[in-house]
Amino acid sequence: MKRFAGATLIALIPACSAPPAAENATEIAAEDIVSGSIFLTAETRDLQEDNFANPGYLWVDRGEALFSKAPASGEACITCHEAGLSGVAATYPAYDEKAGRVLNLEGRINQCRVTHQSEPAWEYESEELLSVTAFVANQSLGAPVSVDVSGPAQDIYEAGRDYFQTRRGQFNLSCQQCHTENWGKRLRGDTLSQGHGNGFPAYRLEWESLGSLHRRLRDCDLGVRAEPLPYGDPLYVAVELFLAARSNGLEMESPAVRR
Amino acid sequence: MTHNTRLDLNRRDLLALGTGTVLIAASPLSSHAEQADLDQARRELFGMRPVTEGRVTIKLPPIAENGYSVPLSVEVDSPMTKEDFVKRVAILSPRNPLPLISQFYFSPGSGRAKVDARIRMSGTQSIQAIAEMNDGSLWSGSRETVVTLAACVVL
Amino acid sequence: MASIRLAVPDAANVGEVIEIKALIRHPMESGHRRGARGEVIERDIITRFECRYLDELVFAADFHPGIAANPLLTFYVRASNSGTLDFTWTDQHGTAWSETSALTVT
Repeated sequence: MKRFAGATLIALIPACSAPPAAENATEIAAEDIVSGSIFLTAETRDLQEDNFANPGYLWVDRGEALFSKAPASGEACITCHEAGLSGVAATYPAYDEKAGRVLNLEGRINQCRVTHQSEPAWEYESEELLSVTAFVANQSLGAPVSVDVSGPAQDIYEAGRDYFQTRRGQFNLSCQQCHTENWGKRLRGDTLSQGHGNGFPAYRLEWESLGSLHRRLRDCDLGVRAEPLPYGDPLYVAVELFLAARSNGLEMESPAVRR
Repeated sequence: MTHNTRLDLNRRDLLALGTGTVLIAASPLSSHAEQADLDQARRELFGMRPVTEGRVTIKLPPIAENGYSVPLSVEVDSPMTKEDFVKRVAILSPRNPLPLISQFYFSPGSGRAKVDARIRMSGTQSIQAIAEMNDGSLWSGSRETVVTLAACVVL
Repeated sequence: MASIRLAVPDAANVGEVIEIKALIRHPMESGHRRGARGEVIERDIITRFECRYLDELVFAADFHPGIAANPLLTFYVRASNSGTLDFTWTDQHGTAWSETSALTVT
């Protein structure tokens, strides 16, 4: 019976005092938008802010090395991007003329791999793609999320919003119900966040690893007992775009530390 | 489509989420140590020698949001000279699958008998640290952390 | 493959106690987890960390599965003479990863 003692105790911890969502809100008011890091314990927030001890930097380091190293058949990323990519990640996902679709940062990095380096695209969630994505995202640390959902990105944004607002899975819950309508409330030992992606790729304690936003979305879908989409699925890219637009103005935190 | 009726998470939803979790939680924790296992690990490390409470300060957060990586800090009050120093500190758990988490070895060259590490904790428990001095005396300290459960469990 | 991060001062006064932080990338697979098909995932952990200063062992640690993934240690060394600090992590199979740092003592 011992293992149930913890669960009982959690139920007794009083709900924390985060502001309640407005009645029937389908959007979070701009002044209430907050990063997931405010729902962490002080110790975990300290770990995120420690740019030595934050384990996400193990991937950032690796990404930096890969960024500077020439692949077999092309030039190193750094050859073109000598000045770095400060602020760039904060504008992704973005509509890409050449691809004719919305690309997230992973997709944009792979586009460079294929078109400029004549290398095969890295597999989604591979060590290499995660590391380079983390390295590029980290160069926008502190920059405000600023994605553009006008023009050809509009339809994709709306597809992402639809996914976010649709009930799914055996629990019949939409993303919206937890992360827009009930954020700040307690669910077992956790406080529901607003579901922003500004910290990704992020080091999740539960993963004991860095992971992409798509890995997080898959976990959310599995959490409500829904069939998750494959990594890199265009619909997840659409959700990513919707989430980014929803968090425009929040500071980029990758590699953030999350539960 | 899309604008669903608003939902307040109520008792029934929480129970629904909880049921799934309890079943899942049962498997990874199927083997865990008890106080008796901790006591046995302690005997294997230090025999039946007496342990005095004191000189060992453990820092752990009062609440950890999960048990995957909990910051632990242990410091032993010692001048750390050639004549008087801490030889080792054992970190013991009464609830993890294995009671011995780590042993740290010091020397006069350490200068300070303090170490910080990040540990796994499979549930709320009181972590114990036992320090062995160069004169053979044993000292101990302990600290409890409440480990909370995640909202969603993903297999 | 292993990534290591070290935070070590490069200079210190004689007798000064310096703080050292050492982080290494490693899953520290506990051997207590099960995979999607219920199979036990085999244990794969770093079991030993050593810090030598002027070839003398000054600090060491034995790791068991209760140490978190990507182990981070903060510990101390008393500066005596200029020389090298050697850091070595060894896993259960005997594979070792090392880093060295130079310390100037005045």
